[in-house]
Amino acid sequence: MASYKLDQSVKYAKSHEWVRVEDGVAVVGISDYAQDALSDVVYVDLPEVGDTVTAGKQAATVESVKAAEDVNAPVSGEVIEVNSALDDTPEIVNERPYDAWFFKVKPSNLDADLAALLTPAEYDKFVEELE
Amino acid sequence: MLQRTPLYETHVAMGGRMVEFAGYELPVQYPTGPTAEHHAVRTAAGLFDIDHMGQFELAGPDVEAFLQGIQVWDIAAMREGDAHYSLLCYEDGTVVDDIFLYKLHNRWLMIVNAANRAKDWAWIEHHLDRFDVALIERSDDLAMLALQGPKAEQILQKLTAYPLHTVATRTAIETWIGGMHVIAGRTGYTGEDGFELYVPIDYVVAFWNQLLEAGKDDGLLACGLAARDSLRFEACMPLYGHELSAQINPLEARLGWTVSWNKPFIGRNALLKVQLEKPAKLLVGLEMVDKAVPREHYAVAVDGAIIGHVTSGMKSPTLGRFLAMAYVPPEYSAPGTRLDVIVRDQPKQAVVVKRPFYKPKYK
Repeated sequence: MASYKLDQSVKYAKSHEWVRVEDGVAVVGISDYAQDALSDVVYVDLPEVGDTVTAGKQAATVESVKAAEDVNAPVSGEVIEVNSALDDTPEIVNERPYDAWFFKVKPSNLDADLAALLTPAEYDKFVEELE
Repeated sequence: MLQRTPLYETHVAMGGRMVEFAGYELPVQYPTGPTAEHHAVRTAAGLFDIDHMGQFELAGPDVEAFLQGIQVWDIAAMREGDAHYSLLCYEDGTVVDDIFLYKLHNRWLMIVNAANRAKDWAWIEHHLDRFDVALIERSDDLAMLALQGPKAEQILQKLTAYPLHTVATRTAIETWIGGMHVIAGRTGYTGEDGFELYVPIDYVVAFWNQLLEAGKDDGLLACGLAARDSLRFEACMPLYGHELSAQINPLEARLGWTVSWNKPFIGRNALLKVQLEKPAKLLVGLEMVDKAVPREHYAVAVDGAIIGHVTSGMKSPTLGRFLAMAYVPPEYSAPGTRLDVIVRDQPKQAVVVKRPFYKPKYK
């Protein structure tokens, strides 16, 4: 397995999504480990703005040359923006996984949801144990 | 127990991601990634380890009579050095395997799919019967590489004095390349010009490295199984286990052009019957109208009723379109026909389009 990058400004779900809180908004993407495991991403099926998403439940689908995988919402709330750049350039998920966000959520239960997620160090250990 | 090709250590050292395929551990991709590898073959060149493919040699006084009877293509017109695609069929007309035949000096070489190697061997041996033919397993002493792409000839030419521009598509030569005695067929499975190379197994690692070195300024990339699959898919070349199987006949698979009716062969009577009646299903190309990635086994539906299944599908790296091959009843096979592909329980609109998606560019 190739080495993967961690982002110290995010928290991680065990299903390999990251969430970064910016001005009270939760920005969601997938980890470097996840994009590497998926191989080249070819399409992302995003939620609609206005959708309600639930922590730990599927909110999007990422399609790679290899497979289609669920993307779960790491936090609950309402989708307020989706990254339309992924439509034409899904490869940015591979190139810059911590910039290539999927959707933004106005969180409804942020503190409790964040508490259930992993710090970068915890996620690193979790992934190491998967190997 | 998984088998390894002689290049296993080389693939690992190059960062190849090793996966199981047809009983072999092979690289599905290198760190460059399948999309870059795919584009390299379309625009420059790619090098593939395809040693998992089976190689049978056939020779002897009855070899041509025997071959005529066990495969669908009429080999009578093939001259020494000619190569051709063909099929082995069962009595009921369904497909044992798809093969490539090379007529070499005093012998024939038959290339078969890795997953079918044991089955094919047993089937061929069973039909040897009274024929005076030697059937020789060469898979363990000949290694097989594919050098594919518009720059394949110029790269290979750096390693040999043989004038490669004189080698026509679907012919083969036996010559010295890189100091080794090599069978080089101007054949492939990518829809590009290129060569398939048969090298003594002890020399294949050195040969692989020589090829990569020769092509390093020409954009040559080592390519894995994922690129091999996307390249053959765009050119609509069938893959056994997907577009071909023991439940599918050549006419359904749109491979009628390989069938020579002017000679007897196993499966001919059944195929004649299919030709007179209507085939139960036909292979079609599909393009998604709705954005979605169609994948193998996804259902194809009309008004909510399932009429067929996808055999291969992906976002085409060259064309950027979401495409699939699928079997559907003949009444839904005309280009322009609207169908749905069921993607994660949702019907997504698709339309039947002409095949191939990518027109092969041979010399």
